[in-house]
Amino acid sequence: MIKQIVFAIALLITLGAFTFTILRIVSFFKLTKKAFPVRDFGKRFGVMMEVAFGQTKIFRRPVIGFLHALVFWGFCVILIGSVEMVIDGLFGTEKVLKFLGLFYDIIMASGDIFALLIAISILVFLFRRVFLHIKRFEGIEMKKISHLDANIALSIILFLMLSLLGMNSAYYSHTTLVGGTIQGVYPVSKFLSTVFSGLSADSTLVQYEIFWWMHILLIFLFANMLPYSKHFHVFMSVPNVFLSRLEPLGKLTNMDNVTREVKLMMDPNTAFATPAADAPIERFGVKDAEDASWKNYFDSLACTECGRCTSVCPANITGKKLSPRKVIMDLRARMKEKGPMLVRNGKDYTDNKSLIRDYISEEELWACTTCNACAKECPININHPTLIVDMRRYLVMEEGSAPGELKAVFSNIENNGAPWQYSSEDRLLWAVDLEMNIPIR
Amino acid sequence: METRKIQVPVMADLFGKGEKPEYLFWVGCAGAYDDRYKKVVRAFTKILTHLNVSFAVLGKEESCTGDPARRAGNEMLYQMQALQNIEIFKMYEVKKIITICPHCFNIFKNEYPDLGGVYEVISYVQLLDKFMDEGKLKLDASKLKNDRITYHDPCYLGRANDIYDEPRSILKSLTTNYIEMERSKSFALCCGAGGAQMFKEAEKGNKEVFIERTEDALKTNPKIIATACPFCMTMMTDGLKYKNKEEEIKNCDIAELIAISLEL
Repeated sequence: MIKQIVFAIALLITLGAFTFTILRIVSFFKLTKKAFPVRDFGKRFGVMMEVAFGQTKIFRRPVIGFLHALVFWGFCVILIGSVEMVIDGLFGTEKVLKFLGLFYDIIMASGDIFALLIAISILVFLFRRVFLHIKRFEGIEMKKISHLDANIALSIILFLMLSLLGMNSAYYSHTTLVGGTIQGVYPVSKFLSTVFSGLSADSTLVQYEIFWWMHILLIFLFANMLPYSKHFHVFMSVPNVFLSRLEPLGKLTNMDNVTREVKLMMDPNTAFATPAADAPIERFGVKDAEDASWKNYFDSLACTECGRCTSVCPANITGKKLSPRKVIMDLRARMKEKGPMLVRNGKDYTDNKSLIRDYISEEELWACTTCNACAKECPININHPTLIVDMRRYLVMEEGSAPGELKAVFSNIENNGAPWQYSSEDRLLWAVDLEMNIPIR
Repeated sequence: METRKIQVPVMADLFGKGEKPEYLFWVGCAGAYDDRYKKVVRAFTKILTHLNVSFAVLGKEESCTGDPARRAGNEMLYQMQALQNIEIFKMYEVKKIITICPHCFNIFKNEYPDLGGVYEVISYVQLLDKFMDEGKLKLDASKLKNDRITYHDPCYLGRANDIYDEPRSILKSLTTNYIEMERSKSFALCCGAGGAQMFKEAEKGNKEVFIERTEDALKTNPKIIATACPFCMTMMTDGLKYKNKEEEIKNCDIAELIAISLEL
């Protein structure tokens, strides 16, 4: 009974803290702008099954991608065991899901094997991060804290797996010693239990309890640390894939407020009419965190800073300052800085800083070729180029700021309908004296 | 060999005579003004004529799609261009558009519909591949003497619109010696000219993107680097010049290679 009470208190604290965090993040989401409407649930479900659960995009790098896929699939299976632990903890039951029979055996057996595979993968990840110099993990945006964040999260996952294996093997030893029936199948832990072979039934029970509490408390701790870490990825990535932008990568979002203005200008009846006084003044493009869409912000929370985007960016590869990962990380950091102040002081609050310039320089924004390599590469369908273009939209339409050559392009298009300064009278010169052979058949 | 003059059909003239072509062939600004790329347009026009496709161009009535303006953040200018073009298309009752420039293709196909301009937009590689499938376009792999050809994917055909197979199926009928670059299809590296980069100096870095991409191509030891985009062509040609390879290795558009193969 005491175990149940202690457990219930721990669970309540966890859920309470988690709710607080989520409400805080929801309040930031309320500051953002609208994006596309979320429709086509069937299609979205398909994308989620393929990209999230099928891990198809992470396999664009097959070796390390496979290790990630093991961790992901393992988490999915082990999650069922964690749910069982919560029920057991609350109601004082033992292995409550055992009524599932064969399915239970399969889940427990694969969870047990996955725990080992995940632990090995995590060791490989940690080794890579600590001892190998992987270019993808470096860059101006990768501060000491980013590396620490990664290593802490990986270590917690490692301890989660070790405690799970410890729990399973102690359970196996104890149940064998007292002559009980073992619920579920534990291939790895059965082997590991030989390590505990010399212990008494009582000691194995104590061991089981220690590992059980260690595992569940680590889960509670991890769950509450995640939203403040880049590993919020664990919660946000699957929903982020479900909420993917479904349009072709080449398509930019239409600015309907601009369409209204252009149509007013082009219509001779309204060209000189003044806009209605009550029409809200809307900023063109993205200057600061709150100008970004909810999807941009969602992207930034789901990003785990893997750097696949930056590693394929032509600008970054050739030494330019632009790093798509940095753009996404900057949005998150800026919202973390300004979001609470906006919530507290209202949406007119300003700290005389902005996402553009104080976080992302114009030089970075103008280096993008909109080639979409970053978006194609992102394992969780983050879309960087639309955000970059939205920031260019702010620079050009609100500040009239652009590289000189591009301003010339604008005026050429405006004056003679081409990016170059040629007359439209010359548009058919290519067709002059065009002759072709008549092929002999 | 006998030759014939091609009178390129212009929309306004055809309409004056009460005729309506099946396709609008959108030439694009590079096709109209870039001396190198004009040759590509001429080659493609010969192929269209050879295939008896019913088409016309807008000629002096053509104007920028607005793509460089839009990608450089000037949404206002883009929409003005787009709405004007849509008006012209409406005037000539345009239903189907053939494009050669992938940037024009992308903007017509994906972005004009938001402004009410809905058309059947077809890239020239799709059209030519379709004619090949139907058996109307027969290519002979011996004409190019089995020169080794590699292909650089334009971002706006490839990643932007998932058109990877059509250019390859054409090139593989042109040569038995087709070779893929290490970074290809959805992994292809940009030439460096997209997103209005074509018209400005690159930001400070330690290398030009087009040189990096040209090196990818050179690693395949090709005789011909095939491209399918005017900007990619400028970049890859510059890259070959930079590497002093322009004598040994040619940069040709897929349309030019077909025209050579057909001896048009």
